Amino acid sequence: MTTVAVVRFPGSLDHDSAARAVEGLGATAVEAWHADDALPAGTDAVLIPGGFSYGDHLRCGAIASRSHIMGAIARHAAEGGRVLGICNGFQVLCEAGLLPGALRRNATLSFVCRQMNLEVADAGTPWTGGRPEGALLSVPVKNNEGAWYGDPATARPVLRYAGGNPLGSVEAIAGIANTEGNVMGLMPHPEEACDPLLGSTDGEAIIGGLLR
Amino acid sequence: MSSEAVPLHRRLGLTDDEAALIPELLGREPTDPELVMFSLMWSEHCSYKHSKPLLRGFPTTGPRVLQGPGENAGVIDVGDGLAVALKIESHNHPSAVEPFEGAATGVGGIVRDIMAMGARPIALLDSLRFGSLESARSRHLFTRAVAGIGHYGNCIGVPTVGGEVAFDDRYEESCLVNAMCVGVLPAGRVLRAAASGPGNALVLYGNRTGRDGIGGASVLASAELDDDEDKRPSVQVGDPFTERKLMDCSLELADAGAFVALQDLGAAGLTSSASEMASKGGVGLEIDLDLVPLRESLTPAEILVSESQERMLCVVEPGRVDEVIATCRKWDLDATVIGRVTEGDRLVARFGGEVVVDLPARLLADDAPVYGVPQDPAPAPVPLAIDGIPQPADLAGAWRDLLGHPNVGSRRWIYERYDHLVGANTVRRPGGDAAVVRLPGSARAIALATDCAERWCELDPRNGGRASVLEAARNVAAVGARPVAATDCLNFPNPEKGSTGWRLAEAIAGMAEALTALEVPIVSGNVSLYNESAQRAILPTPVVGMMGLLERADRSVGQAFVADDDVVILIGEGGRLDASEYLGRTEGAPEPVDVRREVAAIDLVIRAAEAGLLRSAHDVAGGGLGVALAESAIAGGRGARLTLASGRRDDEVLFGEGGGRFVITVRPDDIEVLMALTADLPVAVTRIGVVGGDALTVTIGDTRVSLTVAEARDAHERALPEALA
Amino acid sequence: MTQVVVTVMPRAGVLDPQGQAVRGALTQLGFADVGEVRIGKRIELDIPGADPEGTAREMCEKLLANALIEDYRVERA
Repeated sequence: MTTVAVVRFPGSLDHDSAARAVEGLGATAVEAWHADDALPAGTDAVLIPGGFSYGDHLRCGAIASRSHIMGAIARHAAEGGRVLGICNGFQVLCEAGLLPGALRRNATLSFVCRQMNLEVADAGTPWTGGRPEGALLSVPVKNNEGAWYGDPATARPVLRYAGGNPLGSVEAIAGIANTEGNVMGLMPHPEEACDPLLGSTDGEAIIGGLLR
Repeated sequence: MSSEAVPLHRRLGLTDDEAALIPELLGREPTDPELVMFSLMWSEHCSYKHSKPLLRGFPTTGPRVLQGPGENAGVIDVGDGLAVALKIESHNHPSAVEPFEGAATGVGGIVRDIMAMGARPIALLDSLRFGSLESARSRHLFTRAVAGIGHYGNCIGVPTVGGEVAFDDRYEESCLVNAMCVGVLPAGRVLRAAASGPGNALVLYGNRTGRDGIGGASVLASAELDDDEDKRPSVQVGDPFTERKLMDCSLELADAGAFVALQDLGAAGLTSSASEMASKGGVGLEIDLDLVPLRESLTPAEILVSESQERMLCVVEPGRVDEVIATCRKWDLDATVIGRVTEGDRLVARFGGEVVVDLPARLLADDAPVYGVPQDPAPAPVPLAIDGIPQPADLAGAWRDLLGHPNVGSRRWIYERYDHLVGANTVRRPGGDAAVVRLPGSARAIALATDCAERWCELDPRNGGRASVLEAARNVAAVGARPVAATDCLNFPNPEKGSTGWRLAEAIAGMAEALTALEVPIVSGNVSLYNESAQRAILPTPVVGMMGLLERADRSVGQAFVADDDVVILIGEGGRLDASEYLGRTEGAPEPVDVRREVAAIDLVIRAAEAGLLRSAHDVAGGGLGVALAESAIAGGRGARLTLASGRRDDEVLFGEGGGRFVITVRPDDIEVLMALTADLPVAVTRIGVVGGDALTVTIGDTRVSLTVAEARDAHERALPEALA
Repeated sequence: MTQVVVTVMPRAGVLDPQGQAVRGALTQLGFADVGEVRIGKRIELDIPGADPEGTAREMCEKLLANALIEDYRVERA
């Protein structure tokens, strides 16, 4: 049974739904508190959920990325452990230097909550559930600062927005992984797409990367 | 008159009579802090002194009611050991002065009301009114209010799942921002404000106290707005990050059973919360103002009435104080014991070792004088002289234009700025008749909608009151849910002028009639009076927040046409152009509301939904049948061929409003079963056509009008973005 | 304690959509000739010790500015 540590900062919002999605896939979710120096015993994989950690003050994810728990997460990643950062979690990973680039204010200068189609750009990571390149996943975005900025040559794009790039991400990048592929960050919310009642189960392909 | 010449009590907003009453009640002259406290607690916003007698007309009880009006929010039992808390509240005057922070702090305040019941907030809705979008000022107020609601709601992680907005010149100077919040809690753990247990500790936690809103919400809400620049500094600034921590902390402590009583601090701050906690509990409270954590130096009166946001007050047994303080520290929140519960009934406050307040709490909380409002009936509404209104040469063009009107078109511009998904429980998103939110840990779901028939309330307030309730109920029924509880926000002009007092009484009477027939109690609510300026008064706007229950979250019904060959059926009949969106002005005599028939239609739709017969359902509201049909076609991406009975004229058949109608679709094979459900009901049920094709084609007698789904969608989508460009 | 002012600005060459939006609003208000507009942050800090500017620069490197997308400037108040 895979144990996934779901990190919680003051201002984390999507930790509960992320834990439910993880448990829906047959894993165990445990909470990792930001102030702890170590991940919970038995942690196999780490999920940094969405939200407004520290109110998005200074820069999104900036303060959270300097939390005590991040040292343990960095070591886990360096040892090849799986880490998935969703939305604010993606921002935290970029601020912590575990993924390249930065997330900036949406091109619309507004919050955008909308179902999007994500195209698989790289089928070689655990994060796309075996779907082929070009396959589409229906997953919603909901954020203020979701425009990925950086040098695409330094990133391993895994998912791109298809049919429009309202957030204004460089090369319509929705999610990237590190070179090794064990650390993944994306702005869309796969935990909102793990239930037919909510409109899509494509999120399972992404979250499943924690378990495979 | 210079401010020096005006007596203190008048500057504070008390009438001479009220000021004379205070020393009689106290047996002495009040201290300055006490006078300030009376002025706020006896203001309209806090005391409801003009509306209290009229509100008694509402039905407020029922088998599901765990808490009716009188607490921070109402609470309804929804089964499975769960209860739902709900309330709607206004923040109109602050929003007219500073729309972003006014709307944001409105959201903050209503969320704290739900938290104060021990409930976890799971949904927000907002009901908004502004002047026409042709006015730059109204565009500014509207866009900033939406930004403020999004800023606060998104940051605290409560999905904003629904609401409504309408634009009318009457709101140009006096916009309306009503925020509704719904939360979930264990049915056996309803927390209340009543303090108890002499010796128990009074703990204040959350943000530090500053000069925010000194004389704010209470003063602004009790007077008409003029160009008084002095009101500007009174608007509070919200801190949603702290509110989120407050929420997580409060729920953790509530789950641990640490609270004897819980109250949030809103209008009139510590004064209001403490006096209500004492008065409700029949106990006294002693407060040491020196212990209140401050942001800046304040006088005792300022500490007592500060409206600094994101603060909660609780009563805790002495043995659990350390636990409460430690939990607050974990969430990085200030927490301080500032007083204790005492025997007796007095509210006592000390500052610098001196007693500055010492009076029976009920004088502030309960004993504000109550006033009647003049009942001067307005003249009976005059039916529209319909022959004087030219018929459109191009009916399809008129249809398209109506879909493109800011009061009718798509609200996507708004709801994409709100996180309407957080929590992964939003089963039906904004854009439909009602939002559907799954209850955590249950197979059930709740349906939520807000509604008001303000033009009808101006012309014919008794019918307007009925219609406001029934429209909200229809929105909930259209997704297959049974209305079980309501909350209301009565937004009216000055009740002491003209026919407003009469309209208030009549609207309440009409609402009460419809609520009683629906067996839906009002469990909470709010009154906002004096919404007017020197130029004009608002339309009387009694907003109804309706909650329905779905036994199965996966059985909700949408408004989209889903399959070709489905049969389109009209439930109910009637409709006239008077006071309609198509007419575009508040004129005429609204169609009288037959409460019995409309309730029967609502019940029919719910039973048909529960029987699994409905492929789609949509209520007929603003823009009449033409708009309802177009919306179902747009949502489903398919048209329909329809035949409607002739009326006085074609545009009235297509765009007339009233009659409590629905448009539903059913599979051809299910028609017989549906018709069996409708037998013996006083409800007209008429087949009007069939789903199919890429256009809506309607035959009315010799007239044939056609609008492609693509054209309809284009006009519908462009309405708000174009009006804002 | 010495008061130090840190100014954090978007790096030259990095798109500043907020600055652009404000520029557009200003031209609409009649300031037709306004040139570039860029929006940043001003942070005031009371810093102890003998080298408050040096400490402030360290703070910028560690937290206050994101080197990928922001430049910073430190000066005494």
